[in-house]
Amino acid sequence: MSNFEIITREDFSDLTYLLEVRHPLMAKAAKPGQFVIVMLGEHGERIPLTIADFDREKGTITLVIQAIGKTTRQMQQECQVGTSLYAMVGPMGIPSPISHAKKVVCVGGGLGVAPIYPQARGFKESGAYVIGIVGFRNKDLVFWEKKFRACCDEFIICTDDGSAGIKGMVTAGILQAIEKHPDIDEVIAIGPPIMMKGCADTTRPYKIKTMVSLNPVMVDGTGMCGGCRVKIGDQVKFACVDGPDFDGHLVDFDDLMTRLKRYTKEERMALDHWEKDKEKGCRLQKAVDSTID
Amino acid sequence: MAKKKTIRTIPQERTPMREQDPAVRSKNFEEVACGYHPDDALRESDRCLMCPDQPCVSGCPVGINIPGFIKKIGEKDLRGAYDILTATSLLPAICGRVCPQENQCEGVCTVGESLEAVAIGRLERFVGDTAIREGWVNIPYIETNNYKVGIIGSGPAGMACAADMAKAGCDVTVFEAFHQPGGVLKYGIPDFRLPNSVIDAEIGNLRKLGVKFECNTLVGRLFTIEQMITEMGYDSVFVGVGAGYPTMLGIPGDSLNGVLSANELLTRCNLMRAKEFPNFDTPQPIGKRVAVVGAGNTAMDAMRVSVRLGAEKVYCIYRRSRKEAPARVEEVHHAEQEGVEFNWLTNPVAVLDDGKGSVRGLRCVRMELGEPDESGRRRPVPVVGSEFDFECDLIVYAIGTNANPIMGQTSKLRLNKWGYIDTDLSLATSLAGVFAGGDIVTGAATVIEAMGAGRKAAASMKAYLGIRDSTLPYANDGEKLFGIDLRERNFTRVRVA
Ligand SMILES: Cc1cc2nc3c(=O)[nH]c(=O)nc-3n(C[C@H](O)[C@H](O)[C@H](O)COP(=O)(O)OP(=O)(O)OC[C@H]3O[C@@H](n4cnc5c(N)ncnc54)[C@H](O)[C@@H]3O)c2cc1C
Ligand SMILES: Cc1cc2nc3c(=O)[nH]c(=O)nc-3n(C[C@H](O)[C@H](O)[C@H](O)COP(=O)(O)OP(=O)(O)OC[C@H]3O[C@@H](n4cnc5c(N)ncnc54)[C@H](O)[C@@H]3O)c2cc1C
Ligand code: SF4
Ligand code: SF4
Ligand code: FES
Repeated sequence: MSNFEIITREDFSDLTYLLEVRHPLMAKAAKPGQFVIVMLGEHGERIPLTIADFDREKGTITLVIQAIGKTTRQMQQECQVGTSLYAMVGPMGIPSPISHAKKVVCVGGGLGVAPIYPQARGFKESGAYVIGIVGFRNKDLVFWEKKFRACCDEFIICTDDGSAGIKGMVTAGILQAIEKHPDIDEVIAIGPPIMMKGCADTTRPYKIKTMVSLNPVMVDGTGMCGGCRVKIGDQVKFACVDGPDFDGHLVDFDDLMTRLKRYTKEERMALDHWEKDKEKGCRLQKAVDSTID
Repeated sequence: MAKKKTIRTIPQERTPMREQDPAVRSKNFEEVACGYHPDDALRESDRCLMCPDQPCVSGCPVGINIPGFIKKIGEKDLRGAYDILTATSLLPAICGRVCPQENQCEGVCTVGESLEAVAIGRLERFVGDTAIREGWVNIPYIETNNYKVGIIGSGPAGMACAADMAKAGCDVTVFEAFHQPGGVLKYGIPDFRLPNSVIDAEIGNLRKLGVKFECNTLVGRLFTIEQMITEMGYDSVFVGVGAGYPTMLGIPGDSLNGVLSANELLTRCNLMRAKEFPNFDTPQPIGKRVAVVGAGNTAMDAMRVSVRLGAEKVYCIYRRSRKEAPARVEEVHHAEQEGVEFNWLTNPVAVLDDGKGSVRGLRCVRMELGEPDESGRRRPVPVVGSEFDFECDLIVYAIGTNANPIMGQTSKLRLNKWGYIDTDLSLATSLAGVFAGGDIVTGAATVIEAMGAGRKAAASMKAYLGIRDSTLPYANDGEKLFGIDLRERNFTRVRVA
């Protein structure tokens, strides 16, 4: 299909980076809310990443990644322009329904800021009044402000320390929006589970439909392993084929958060192993360098 | 001519196959059964009575000429044996290893009525392995036509259909969602039962026939079946995406950490090589005590993988008795040898929580067999008051799979009420030019049945495209014209290349 070449890379902070990967067929097929599964190398893990943007003309897919563990850090180090990923499959999941809502709030926090963007744009394109709310720890981590402003009728930045926008969490932004607009039809929230839980709790008393995008641990992404199962009301669903979007008021977030901790010990081991290898590599490199000197 | 063999004159004992010692093999992923030596194969071939009525052939889902290939082994003409096998079966080295022979060919073998049946599977494997070692392939002269055929899924069904269509001269591309082809053979069945090298050899043979493999391609989402036909120029499509979607028990505690499907355990271990973690990135922490629920082939694989990953104790929990266990007899035997403890007539009722979101144990109830159910098997019923707790820290469900929903979500293919793809007897689906076969049509079945379905679909596809084998005599039975089935209303699509 493609050799998954990286054609652009941008670093938003020392934690977050963007990769634009060539895959014309996928760029044609991708819709907001879908994700890909990526393997960095033959020995790599399959990690799911939301399609943060796509460019049908250029034939590219944009991923925005937070370096939090072994694979995402290794990618941060190794994925440079001109290199290729070993595998990238998708688009996976059911596209987010861009409903006929007239007034929507799109909320992104942490690793959810990038994936909320295509949804905001999608709603804008279908004629809705879009209020964008994004949350960051501080001013230095803010990215894509211009992009968001271009497709949002209102745009609220929330920072933990108040260094940009309003001080507080995205839920404060939601409350502010609800106060100003009593006629909000729908809230879409993407981010860490704890944040999505907060958003769902905030909108529940107002009975505003709230969609969230769940990110359980995945293996295949094709509905074959059941590792990604989540509790929605009294049902069990596989996030990769039945989702990843679900009604936030029905999601059992505590279950999701517990399940995300399943491999904590092994994740630590993988990271340590890699860092040791890296050090060894550096020492080797230094030894080589010193012999050249 | 040699004098006629009788049940008295043949070697009475079935020729044993050397196996790795259980104590050694339970610590490695090398193949358990080591295969026949040529002398073993020769001796075993001598046990076949060459029955004129060939009951074994009708026992094989694809009707391999069993006495024919065994006779060639007896004549030390292994190439001849291989040619006979591959006239019917595409994957002898694979089916010889994993077929449930006791229910199929060997189950009806005449010798089996008084002695142990002829070891047909082992002989088949012997020939298949020899072919791989010698690099034999039967690549016919292929006259290319201009038809483009797309195959979705690279399991045995897709591989078989791809081979037949490539031999018919079509330009064949196989699309696979995973990063490696092979289907369940790769991600499900472990190396110690079916080494990857055997699968890769068979895939290599397909490549030699001109079949192209496109991995990392999730059909339905990257492009749809409809798009393949309308935009991408495929004249016909075969859907062989397997069943997949694992069933969970639906008891309290199902979502605790440490409860997973056998598919997940096996995929992590086989395809993602969790057994080599952290040199490979995908982990599969294994518990001290592992309980596997179910007693099919998948369950046996999950147990034996757990043993090899270092579990101290592995339990099999099954609600019926040993007699009803769907796994191959050999697998149950191997699992037992490797130290798995079987708990027949035991049914889980709840997964127990350790208070931190992980598994502490499994609450079970004893069962007894009651009246026979629809399947003719005696229905297990719980014994009142017999609840008891197992201590375990990993629970693996191997209780079956449902149809994968992606094809249904993304196309107009008609599904049956269970979500499997609806086909007619020729394996044609509700979309013109689209055929389907394997687990996604029948529900979980066997490798050889999936392969048979792939070949049957290929035959229907050829009729649909109007491709006729000019070496076969032309027969006009009124329903077919030049190999085109007149009942197939779409034959007007046949084009002149
Ligand atoms: C549908 C979906 C979309 C996602 N989109 C993005 C995205 O756009 N950008 C982004 O940066 N991240 C995204 N993630 C999360 C991303 O997959 C994980 O950050 C990544 O797998 C971590 O791998 P690692 O080896 O670097 O970290 P690990 O060392 O494996 O884990 C570090 C932490 O990440 C969590 N984690 C581990 N594996 C997964 C997993 N498969 N899915 C979710 N969390 C996991 C663990 O709980 C742990 O706390 C998405 C996840 C899903 C399921
Ligand atoms: C653990 C286990 C052990 C088994 N042991 C035995 C045994 O000993 N003997 C035996 O005879 N049978 C056994 N079986 C059953 C046998 O493997 C299956 O019946 C057989 O593999 C079915 O073949 P298939 O071609 O229909 O599908 P599969 O082998 O399931 O292959 C389907 C392929 O399609 C791919 N796919 C799915 N969706 C898409 C999509 N949308 N786009 C592209 N690709 C897609 C999948 O990734 C997969 O690779 C076992 C099964 C399992 C799970
Ligand atoms: S394919 Fe399977 S059933 Fe048929 S002869 Fe071979 S081992 Fe027996
Ligand atoms: S039934 Fe048994 S003995 Fe008879 S031909 Fe078949 S394999 Fe040989
Ligand atoms: S990731 Fe395996 S079923 Fe969803």
